[in-house]
Amino acid sequence: MQGRPLPEPSPLTAGFWEAAADGRLVLQRCDACGRHRHYPQHRCPHCREAAWRWAAANGRGRIHSFTVTHHAFHPAWTGRTPYVVATVQLDEGVRVVTDMDEDPAIVRIDAPVEVFFEDTGGGRALPRFRIAGRPASAPADRDGRPAARRGAADTHTTTEGNT
Amino acid sequence: MPGDLAGRCAIVGTGQTPYTRGTDRSTLQLQLDAAERAIADAGLTPADIDAVMPNAMSERIAEDFIVELGLPDVAYTSTHHTGGASVLSAVQSACLAVAAGVSRHALVVAGRRGYSAQRVSTSQARPERVTATVGEFEKPYGAIVAAQWFAQSAQRHMHLYGTTEEQLGHVAVGCRRHANLNPRAYMHGRGMTLEDHRRSRMITTPFRLFDCSLETDGAAAVVITSVERAADLPHRPVLVRGIAEGHGDPPTSITQKHDITVLDGLRSAGRRAFRMAGLRPADIDCAQLYDAFTWFVIASLEALGFCGPGEGGPFVEDGRIGPGGALPVNTHGGLLSEAHVSGMNHLVEAVHQLRGTAEPQRLVPGCEHALVSNEGDFFEGSVAILERGGR
Repeated sequence: MQGRPLPEPSPLTAGFWEAAADGRLVLQRCDACGRHRHYPQHRCPHCREAAWRWAAANGRGRIHSFTVTHHAFHPAWTGRTPYVVATVQLDEGVRVVTDMDEDPAIVRIDAPVEVFFEDTGGGRALPRFRIAGRPASAPADRDGRPAARRGAADTHTTTEGNT
Repeated sequence: MPGDLAGRCAIVGTGQTPYTRGTDRSTLQLQLDAAERAIADAGLTPADIDAVMPNAMSERIAEDFIVELGLPDVAYTSTHHTGGASVLSAVQSACLAVAAGVSRHALVVAGRRGYSAQRVSTSQARPERVTATVGEFEKPYGAIVAAQWFAQSAQRHMHLYGTTEEQLGHVAVGCRRHANLNPRAYMHGRGMTLEDHRRSRMITTPFRLFDCSLETDGAAAVVITSVERAADLPHRPVLVRGIAEGHGDPPTSITQKHDITVLDGLRSAGRRAFRMAGLRPADIDCAQLYDAFTWFVIASLEALGFCGPGEGGPFVEDGRIGPGGALPVNTHGGLLSEAHVSGMNHLVEAVHQLRGTAEPQRLVPGCEHALVSNEGDFFEGSVAILERGGR
């Protein structure tokens, strides 16, 4: 099976992926106003300050939205449809995209999620997310999918109260 | 001041190729065919054209048209890089050039081999520079095509406002019913019911096949000049009363937007275009709304002020946007059921409605004002508000 399309870091983004390879999720944080930002950019979108540093994120958030994709638009997902692509609102206030190994039937907007890291070979890794508060996931196979899809137990989600 | 541009320019020529699946013509040949027809329709010759606005998505450049059409003295060219919003941005650019006296007659052209070459469903579409960021941070997670970006906007819109898949179906059916009245439409002879929509295969939730625009081959073009010169040309002129573009915040990804359910660039463009035109949504007799996906029509109605935030779903029910409805939308069938010509076909249709030259069975009675919207990349937007000119 063809692998995922992998990121091609730039000087601006390299630190994000280097941290991921070490099993850490980091975000840009402005030196002046202290706010996080993502995707990487040179100047703070809030105060236009140019000085920033990578700051550790706590790795938790909630599903902001998602789609269940039934058509493989890339060979890496051939035979793996349907699959979930989700946008996660991190506790730090920015969003990241992930695919999820969960059964699409249990994925809900506002569901709490937590980060994990998938080894993509060559000393690199992708931060990904799974439904939080569940037993430790089964070992992933070579393609990063769990040995068996986890069931729906422990999933407490709400679809209301969203702003 | 922006009001100075209102009503200064007119669309005086339109041209379209047949809309097909399968063609032996190159993208450039299709665009040349459309351009020649538009120039002839305007009662002009290529020697009269002194400005060219090619479409970036088709990778054709102004020089191609200078060489192939034999344009002897081109004074102005510009190319816009806002995806599906590019056509009306090019119209704005043409109007600025004409109003400033830089150009006399400007050609705006678009087209693609969306079936025979750059098919989205097989990931053959050419990535644009603006997609570099999502290419790095989203594509590795299987978010490969536009349908997956916008599906997440639609999904959250449904979550927040209760928008339903059936309401998406009303958009698909409304466009199809218009296409059934339009002999040029690729889906002309093929009906669609809400049940057909509901049973079409799922692509990426909530978008089914019939929520997605067509993969077709074809091109279209228009010619723009001043209202003064338009008076001497063969057709009733169609005046550009309002023209504007707007950019998303941020314009580089959907997922980082303050509200992923709002077409923010289109909202900005719409406010500017209505202000320039001195008109309100209630003044619009028909709307040609960029419909890459059904949900875009619902979100565009909200962004342009035809209804409030979250009210687009109920708005499209009960045939309101279909033939004979209170606000006919995409009277040609749109990208969903006529053809995908990057939104140029929406502009051409608005011109025919205002000239009164659309086929009688789909002509909007008494059409004085038409709105055209374009939507591209990560919620970039552009809007034209057109008026039936005097004769």
